[in-house]
Amino acid sequence: MRTQLPPTKSPVEKSSRRKFLRALVLGGAYAATFAAGWLRPIQLLAAEWNKAAFDAKVLADALKSIGATSATESDQILLKAPEIAENGAIVPVEITSRIPGTQSIYIVADKNPQPLVAIFDIAAGLEPFISTRIKMGESSKVRVLVKAAGKFYVATQEVKVTIGGCGG
Amino acid sequence: MADAMKIRAQLQGDMADVKVLMFHPMETGLRKDPVSGDLIPLHFIQRVVATHNGKPVMDAQWSQAVSKNPFINFHIRGAKTGDKVAVSWEDNKGEKASIETTLN
Repeated sequence: MRTQLPPTKSPVEKSSRRKFLRALVLGGAYAATFAAGWLRPIQLLAAEWNKAAFDAKVLADALKSIGATSATESDQILLKAPEIAENGAIVPVEITSRIPGTQSIYIVADKNPQPLVAIFDIAAGLEPFISTRIKMGESSKVRVLVKAAGKFYVATQEVKVTIGGCGG
Repeated sequence: MADAMKIRAQLQGDMADVKVLMFHPMETGLRKDPVSGDLIPLHFIQRVVATHNGKPVMDAQWSQAVSKNPFINFHIRGAKTGDKVAVSWEDNKGEKASIETTLN
């Protein structure tokens, strides 16, 4: 008489069950994280999103809207950006400010349809360092402004863009 | 929106190196739908706030010229094991997301 062994689970089946369980646990953790985030009211440092500054179509207007009509050139702002960006849709920009009392860091792409790209307000607990990625419509200067003790400082770098990253 | 963002925070001495990736189209309003030819409306993250143990350390305002699926890296001073770092964003359509991590 032949004995029939019960069918054993293939390793593939086992691992997919494990994956499913892991996904279930991770999903729960994510859900808890989001719930916590929603419940906690977040205090903002700046008042309103600066519509006038972000809507400005030319550099001078954008600078005026953020109150930076005059800015002192500073070698204490370290700006790292590529000299040639093959893809204007992703231009990495890294900024370190060594200016004491840095309150805000502004990123501007001079020839973008709207030159002002981002404003970072920084509280005491943050290093004056930001690394991010921006879009550039065409080759132009990347301009970084730093506001410290109510004064503006600036550093620029020319970035050559091979393929623009705004339209398409 | 379980996939709205990712956060990684590493303690380096008393500084936390925080890297955040947000999954968002960041539409400039200038791009055309390849099928219909219609302009895809503006849709971008306007506000990003980072907190350290609930206290805001960074408040960012963005335009549509921050790259698609935005990435930011910043450093928090005076951080230690067990501290909580949270980042939240809100876009021009009022959509929001947030994520929190504990330093270890």
